[in-house]
Amino acid sequence: MTYQPHLNRRHFVASLAAGAFALGWKLPDASPGMAAAGEAAAVGIWAVVQPDDTITVRIARSEMGQGTLTGLAQLVADEMDADWKFVRAEYITPQANLASGHAWGDMATGGSRGIRGSVDYVRKGGAVARAMLISAAAKQWRVPESECVAAKSIVTHTSTGRTLRYGELAAAAALLPVPTNVTVKDPSAWTIIGQPVHRLDTEGKLTGKQVFAIDVQLPGMLNAAIAQCPVFGGKLVSFDAAKITSMPGVRHVLKVDDATVAVVADKWFQAKTALAKLLIVWNEGENAKISSPQIAEYLRTGLDTPEAGVGNAHGDAKAALAGAARKIEAVYTTPFLSHATLEPINCTARYTADVAGNRLEIWAPTQGGDGALMAAAHAAGVEPSKVAVTKLHLGGGFGRRGENDFVMQAARIAKQVPGVPVKLIWSREEDMTHGFYRPITMAKMSAALDDHGNVMALHARISGQSITAWKNPAALAANGGVDFGQFQGWGKGEFGYEAIPNVLIDHAMRNTHIPVGYWRGVNTNQNAFYMECFIDELAHAAGADPLEFRRKLMAKNPKHLDVLNACAAKAEWGKKLPDGVYRGICQNMGFGSYTAAVAEVSVSNEGALKIHRIVAATDPGHVVNPDQVRAQVEGSFVFGLSAGLYSEHTIENGRIAEGNFDSYEVMRLAAMPKVETVIVPSGGFWGGVGEPTIAVATPAVLNAVFAATGKRIRDLPLKNQDLKRT
Amino acid sequence: MITLNINGTSHQVDAPADTPLLWILREYVGLTGTKYGCGIAQCGACTVHINGIALRSCQLPAGSMAGQKITTIEGLSPDGTHPVQMAWKELEVAQCGYCQSGQIMAAAALLHQTPSPSDEDIDNAMSNICRCGTYPRIRSAIHAAAGQAAPTAGKV
Repeated sequence: MTYQPHLNRRHFVASLAAGAFALGWKLPDASPGMAAAGEAAAVGIWAVVQPDDTITVRIARSEMGQGTLTGLAQLVADEMDADWKFVRAEYITPQANLASGHAWGDMATGGSRGIRGSVDYVRKGGAVARAMLISAAAKQWRVPESECVAAKSIVTHTSTGRTLRYGELAAAAALLPVPTNVTVKDPSAWTIIGQPVHRLDTEGKLTGKQVFAIDVQLPGMLNAAIAQCPVFGGKLVSFDAAKITSMPGVRHVLKVDDATVAVVADKWFQAKTALAKLLIVWNEGENAKISSPQIAEYLRTGLDTPEAGVGNAHGDAKAALAGAARKIEAVYTTPFLSHATLEPINCTARYTADVAGNRLEIWAPTQGGDGALMAAAHAAGVEPSKVAVTKLHLGGGFGRRGENDFVMQAARIAKQVPGVPVKLIWSREEDMTHGFYRPITMAKMSAALDDHGNVMALHARISGQSITAWKNPAALAANGGVDFGQFQGWGKGEFGYEAIPNVLIDHAMRNTHIPVGYWRGVNTNQNAFYMECFIDELAHAAGADPLEFRRKLMAKNPKHLDVLNACAAKAEWGKKLPDGVYRGICQNMGFGSYTAAVAEVSVSNEGALKIHRIVAATDPGHVVNPDQVRAQVEGSFVFGLSAGLYSEHTIENGRIAEGNFDSYEVMRLAAMPKVETVIVPSGGFWGGVGEPTIAVATPAVLNAVFAATGKRIRDLPLKNQDLKRT
Repeated sequence: MITLNINGTSHQVDAPADTPLLWILREYVGLTGTKYGCGIAQCGACTVHINGIALRSCQLPAGSMAGQKITTIEGLSPDGTHPVQMAWKELEVAQCGYCQSGQIMAAAALLHQTPSPSDEDIDNAMSNICRCGTYPRIRSAIHAAAGQAAPTAGKV
């Protein structure tokens, strides 16, 4: 295993939160708040106002398609009563955040927290700016602030009708003390929050002008291609650089770490071409003896063992199951999956060692700016204060770019080529075979039904790999060896079937040598598949309609039920469908939001699945941008159904067998139906949007497949199953 | 030396003839709008037009491109106002945006050949991978660009 310092995402989330509380939200020393008239001025720390009224909202989280950049700007702009047409957005840098004592909070972007994790302080930041602008106007007019109102980037003195634009006020406002007692608006007063405004980051994505990290070009830049030991845990023994150093463009052949070799060349394609000719000797180690069948066998030992960590329980499920009139059991399985961000993994670094001391510059597509900076500093042995990170929009993240392995590799390569910027690009094959995979799990689902078809007990036993065990063993130990993340969607407040009198949800940990990580939707995806397809099995066994059956079990979970009902109503559940078309339904709660879906499908005699229609409902509490919520819900079905229908990684001799999109298949446009999104925000809380809906995609479709064929799919992906009529 | 006609301009490139056009565009000509995604013509992120036909540039040896009319996303329209780009903007298709150069080039070629494509035509022509999941909006935007349907999303 490649040495991983204690610099993972969980660690940083915790340490940054602590740092922010300890230091308070102090103004950064480098604030342009001292701007003279006629220049851009930072009013508070979240908004910079130009004399021409342009407002640049500073963004700490990363934009990877999920719309957070625009949503965060909406939050700030609304609270500062800005005119949206003047609003732009730009990243603050990790080094500015570090130097300020993390004034801009946590930069980590994951767990669907981009909006909901920032909403309190960015809204306050907008309100602070508004108060300062009003104060500046009142001072200029020598009137009480209470006689001034702000709207659409203009402050008006109500009794005289005098006005001043924000652009005219900003320089003076920036010099005022930052108020600490501002209040944010009641949702009824929002004018920009809740509006389907266009994204702020679209233009360059339509013309090829958007610079992703993989597009970074610097004077004198070299390019690196890498090979990592094919077997996880294996080590580099030797490589024969002499054979390739005369190949076109090749400059260096480097050991990056104890399992990684890089070829550095003028052009990346030259580096990749030379790397293919490089003879590398690996010591693959004991893990080379492990393949998928052994892993499956190992996981099966966890299905019935008494040793399991409990995630949620009430009543006595084991006793109720033992004395059940009717017991139903089923075993479900899900495979390893890679993120396969369409922008391959990459990072550019320049290490400089001169009289000014050692320093490091990084250009990275990262979900965690702070974490990337610290990881790069550690890898290159440079003080964190001497590292500068430029964040670029991500060509997909999905959790993969919360990891810093590639940042550390780039730093280690750059350190060996001082003064020269080097861009590291992983081939697609390296990406797919050296990921942090969605963990492999199985579940044994058991339920007791009484004579009337009522569910008297439910036991959900997960067996499989723990992300926390891989990423943060200390945190796992602190929780008594139980990974509570494993029960995502099934914890207290998430689990939607509390009316079942006896429930036991537990996990037998079965860790493998395969690195695992957060994969968009994380464990809600597997868990919702297990639970929602099994609930469907129970409905069928009880002879009940799957919707009515769920309604009874959800009697104690009104918010879950409201969303399920909203979805069923939009889908016209119960209304006759065309011949050969069948429905499936499911629900889930995760990342703070409630979701439900109905799928309509048909299956041909030859076994070909066609999805005709998807209806999806979500209650994320508050909605910042309904069009972007719709976009995330639509995309969730592509991501979720890629996993449910097509994608899997298998292990052969310790390594990942599928290395590109020809063998690791994902959904394409032709298979994708229209998605009708029902947004039912009930207010009073802020739930996530980017991930929660993914979990309901697969069970909705597979429950419809059962309705169509009578075949219960319990092993993903569906492509391995035969739906042909026999 | 290979002479290539890219976006109406002639470029002399000193590279081996078997270098894929994708890497010529990105590393020799500096046009980075055309993206690397898989290198085996599976994902379509590298789609360009060769004489108006959408092709995957990661599998086109640069040496075979002499005399061909190569158009990249940067050359699709001078100011980003090709009907496909306009429809993409209005319907807010892009999420992360990485695949969109290829999607737009594939859509533009489809509409050039089939001005009013059916859903089946779109299914057949648009096999590019999008991991964010913008397929429903891509379909809507192609219809919108073809004048078959009015944009409905992304108001204000």
